[in-house]
This record gives sequence, structure tokens and C-alpha cells, in this order.
Amino acid sequence: MKQKQLRIALRNCGVIDPERIEDYIAKDGYLALGKVLTELTPEATIEIIKKSGLRGRGGGGFPTGLKWEITRKVHGDQKYVVCNADEGDPGAFMDRSVLEGDPHSVLEAMAINGYCTGASKGLVYIRAEYPLAIERLKIAMKQAREYGFLGDQILGTGFCFDIEIRYGAGAFVCGEETALIHSMEGLRGEPTVKPPFPSESGYLGKPSNVNNVETYANIPVIINKGADWFASIGSAKSKGTKVFALAGKINNVGLVEVPMGTTLREVIYEIGGGIRDGKAFKAAQTGGPSGGCLTVKHLDIPIDYDNLIAAGSMMGSGGMIVMDEDDCMVAIAKFYLEFTVEESCGKCSPCRIGNKRLFEILEKITQGNGILEDLDKLKNLGKVIIDTSLCGLGQSSPNPVLSTLDNFYDEYIDHVTYKKCKSKVCKSLMTYIIDEEKCIGCTLCARNCPVNAISGERKQAHYIDPEKCIKCGACMEKCKFNAIFIN
Amino acid sequence: MAIIKLPERKITDLKDVCKSFNNEKGELINVLHKAQGIFGYLPAEVQEVIAKELNLPVAHVYGVVTFYSFFTMTPKGEHPISVCLGTACYVRGSEKVLEEFKRLLKIQVGQTTADGKFSLSCLRCVGACGLAPVVMVGEKVYGRVSPDGVKDIVEEFNN
Repeated sequence: MKQKQLRIALRNCGVIDPERIEDYIAKDGYLALGKVLTELTPEATIEIIKKSGLRGRGGGGFPTGLKWEITRKVHGDQKYVVCNADEGDPGAFMDRSVLEGDPHSVLEAMAINGYCTGASKGLVYIRAEYPLAIERLKIAMKQAREYGFLGDQILGTGFCFDIEIRYGAGAFVCGEETALIHSMEGLRGEPTVKPPFPSESGYLGKPSNVNNVETYANIPVIINKGADWFASIGSAKSKGTKVFALAGKINNVGLVEVPMGTTLREVIYEIGGGIRDGKAFKAAQTGGPSGGCLTVKHLDIPIDYDNLIAAGSMMGSGGMIVMDEDDCMVAIAKFYLEFTVEESCGKCSPCRIGNKRLFEILEKITQGNGILEDLDKLKNLGKVIIDTSLCGLGQSSPNPVLSTLDNFYDEYIDHVTYKKCKSKVCKSLMTYIIDEEKCIGCTLCARNCPVNAISGERKQAHYIDPEKCIKCGACMEKCKFNAIFIN
Repeated sequence: MAIIKLPERKITDLKDVCKSFNNEKGELINVLHKAQGIFGYLPAEVQEVIAKELNLPVAHVYGVVTFYSFFTMTPKGEHPISVCLGTACYVRGSEKVLEEFKRLLKIQVGQTTADGKFSLSCLRCVGACGLAPVVMVGEKVYGRVSPDGVKDIVEEFNN
């Protein structure tokens, strides 16, 4: 089989000992920093990054070189280089892997960024939920200082740059760059209106360049191997590779790094080994709570930033959750909305109130009380929230609802009109029934029912009282004769 | 709310922490992390000390504490149990695992058992999606947990 994966960002993960800087150096580590400091001007370096076509891997896909150039051109007595390691998207863990497996690549790239933008200070904003990554990062920073790759007069040149760590405290919205900056300042992580962008006025009001971990991990390789090499990988408008965190109902779970433009089919069936237990593929959710789902009809589109947006989803940080025929898409949309409602910072009302209303409508539908009009309401309200929210969180939070409405409208109709959940997930729409033919009256189900909803004489067919039944499924699990089924 | 008397020694520790950050306002979140490490949680009394040391309004400290889910104002159990409800874990059935913990410990999410041994909370992704569904007890991670396996986990800490 042709090698589908190509490791650039993850090149050293699992290959080197992340706690030994010597290992990293042996793999051409800090070579790019040396080359930049001694042979290239900041402008020439930015030009390489621009030419490589690298785009932000945090989700937005903004051209990295352009961001660096903007930060460079803004005047400021002090500038900052920020690394966004607040990987809050549930189901994505590539940043953790890079920080745990190859922390020096991020430090090296931040120093290069500092040289290009004119910043002397770097800050890594990392989730407190990643203790091992924090530990490895601290060890790496100490070693880099000892070797003279961080600190004053780096590699004997006049360039000074050092890095500090700032901790997150569990807030999804802090992945948004303005919210992240407020959190680093010790404030509530609430976003502010852009412009001004952080590159103009960021941390402590100073110009700050914010990039994501995976973006940084690509930088040293681009410098070493050249912009043309990097630009030769990937699709027309998305260059290089992307790491995806493959999870859910798939055989091979884990991180995969593939060139941009690889199809979903290749990722799921060839690398992922197909769906678990031989079930049918139903959807893949990309972009986490801000993204949408890709379905069977999207299996053959080449994955890149623009194609995913055209398909009603987005790249996001690269989480890819695979779902099979047993997953109810209405329940999945509700699940994501529940997350957004909890994580909305509450600053702007479309996001704070709008998402709550979306969630309530979905709850009503999954409980079997939905009416057709609710589906239009979901669509209209979702669009309003996208148009009027302050930050990226609100502007993308209705995506899971809108995309499931687009792709699985019939499932919504089943819930609303026929009060049925074919995937047997929405409890309120299910009834447990005992097949009188099969039931031998062993009383096992009745004895295991936590609410005494099952009645019947010994050796005679039993009956479940639907009023009392809490649909826990205990009876069905215990029945040895397959006499209980869900309607 | 009942007033808690904080041990003097711990207050001194907390003040030292503030000092180690030069009593700077911008270090509030770092200070709160350390404070939660000392006290296990962040009751109003702790927040008052921090506010005074960093020269901030108590309301500001409270605002930050309640904004971030990592900080808690109620004491956790000796063995804090966190069930991951991230997408990968959800798709693999972590909700049923959570229900089983609730049933077995007879507490709701955010509560602590009467003997102070266990507390139950949810979290969003520890980045171990390959092991879904994931449960954390203290620092220990349990992967591929099934509702049937919940009993064994609880028993491990009951002895």
C-alpha cells in the first residue's frame, strides 16, 4: 500500500527523547534558528514563510507569513510572540502530542518568529489539563537556555529572546486570540472586537503575534528544506500537511498526518482501517463544536481549508470524530450545543441567549415535543447567531446544527413528525416492549427493573408499563431470550 | 455562608506565593492555580487574601475564579473522579459511565460523597481520545471504561 501519511509537524514525535536536547539537535534541531540568525534578514525569512504557503493550523487558516509581516511592520517598543497551546476542542490532541513529543521545535520556531517580528519575549499559553506537556516544555526551555538557544545574545549574535509559560484554567473560548490575551493578563477570558488585531494591540496593549502549536512545529522544517519543497506538498490553496485526531467509531484511533488534499475516504478507510464492527459510515465531524459534519457524499472531496468550508464544515484544529449508523445526528447536534452553551463566555447576547434557545429547541425535539416550525426556527436563529456574535465561538457555534439539518433533514423529520429515533439514542422516543411469544415468564427482567415497571405472573408473558418505564435498558440486557425489543 | 477559619500556616504559604509573583495583578491566574494546590479549593476567604495581596477588588478575583472551570469553590473529595464528556468519549458511551458513577456513589455531578472520599465532575477532553471513554481519578487515567468497570474503579479506592 502506498504510504499515505507524511510527517512534518510530527516528524520527531516518538522518534526522539523529548527530554534530551541533544536528540533534537541530532535531527537538525536549531539549525533553522542558526541559519536565520546568521544568514538571513527578518524580511527574507518572512518571505520564505510567505512563499511556503503555510496557513494557521489553529483553525482559521490565515496565512502565517502575512501575519508575521503585519506584526513586524507595526511599531512598538516591546512586542510579544505568543504560542496558543490552549487546545480546547474536545477530540483534538495534536498540540499535546507535539508539546510532549517535540517541545524544542516549538521553542525554535518561536525564537525565529521573535527575530522576524522584532519581539524579545515569548509566551506559551497552555492548558492546565496537560501536566506532562507543561513539564516537558519546562525541561526543554531550561536546556535551550543552557545551550544558548534562548536568553541573551543567542548563538553569539545580538538577538535576545526568552520564553515564559502562562496557564489556562479550562475555558474553551480562550482559544480565541483576544480572549487568550486577556486570560494571560490575569483577566476573565472574554474576547474583544477585532480590529484592533493582536498584531497591532495584543498582550498588555503591545503588538503580539499569536500562532498555534502545530503552525510553529512546521516552521523549522520550512526554513531547512525551503519554501518550494513545502509548497510542493498539498493542494492548490492549502500547502503542507495537516494533523488530524482520528477518534470515535473507527478501528485505528489516533493522530494521522496527511498532505492537504487527501480525501476523507483515504483517511477513514485506508489509514483509519474503516468503521468499527463493520458498521456503516454515517458522518465525520471536523472542526469540533465549531465545525460541521461530512457525510458519505463528501468522502471523495480532497480535504483542505476551502473545500471543508464549501462542504459546510471547517478545518478547525483537526479533530475528526467518526460516527456510524448507531449515532443520532439530532442528539449529536444537541451534544455540541450543550458544550457551547456551557463554554459561551456570556459577553455578547446572540451567543449567550441564542445558543441557549437553540439548545432548548433541540431538547424539545429529542424529547418528542418538536413541531415542524421548530426546524425553521433552528435555521433562522442559527444564521442570526453566526451573523451577530462577537467572536469566533459564537460565529461558528450553530454550525453543527445547520450542517446536520442540511445533511440529515430526514432524521429531524423522523423525530418531529413521526416521533421516532431510528438510531435508538433519544430515550423519550423509545418504548421497550416484551414480545409475548418469546417471553417465558422467568421474572428476571421484573426483578432487575429499578422502578418496578414490569409486571406479570411467573411462567406467563410479562408487560412493561410505559408510564413507569425510565428506559434504562436493564431488562433488555438481562433477558436471556431476546424477548424485549425497542419500538 | 459559614465563615471558614483558614489555617495560619497555609495563609503564610499563600502570601509567599503572591510574593513570588511580585504581587502583580497580571499573575492572578497563576496565583489561583497555586492557591488551589495549597487549599484544594478556593473559598471566599482565600479569594479575600489574594485580593488584598495583589491589590485587586475581591469582585474581580471572584469573577475570574467563577469564569474558569478549572477553579472550584467547593472542596473536592479525597479522590476526585472526572468523567470525560469530550466528543470522542461521548460517541463511545461516556454518558452511561457517568450515570453508573452517579448511581453507585449516590451523588450528582459537582457533589462530594458524605464521607468526603469521592467527588464527581465532568471534564472536556484530556487529549487521550484514543482511550475513549476516559475516566480520571486524581491524576490516574483509566481508559476504555465500560459501565460494568465502574464498580472496580470505585472499589480500588475504597480499600
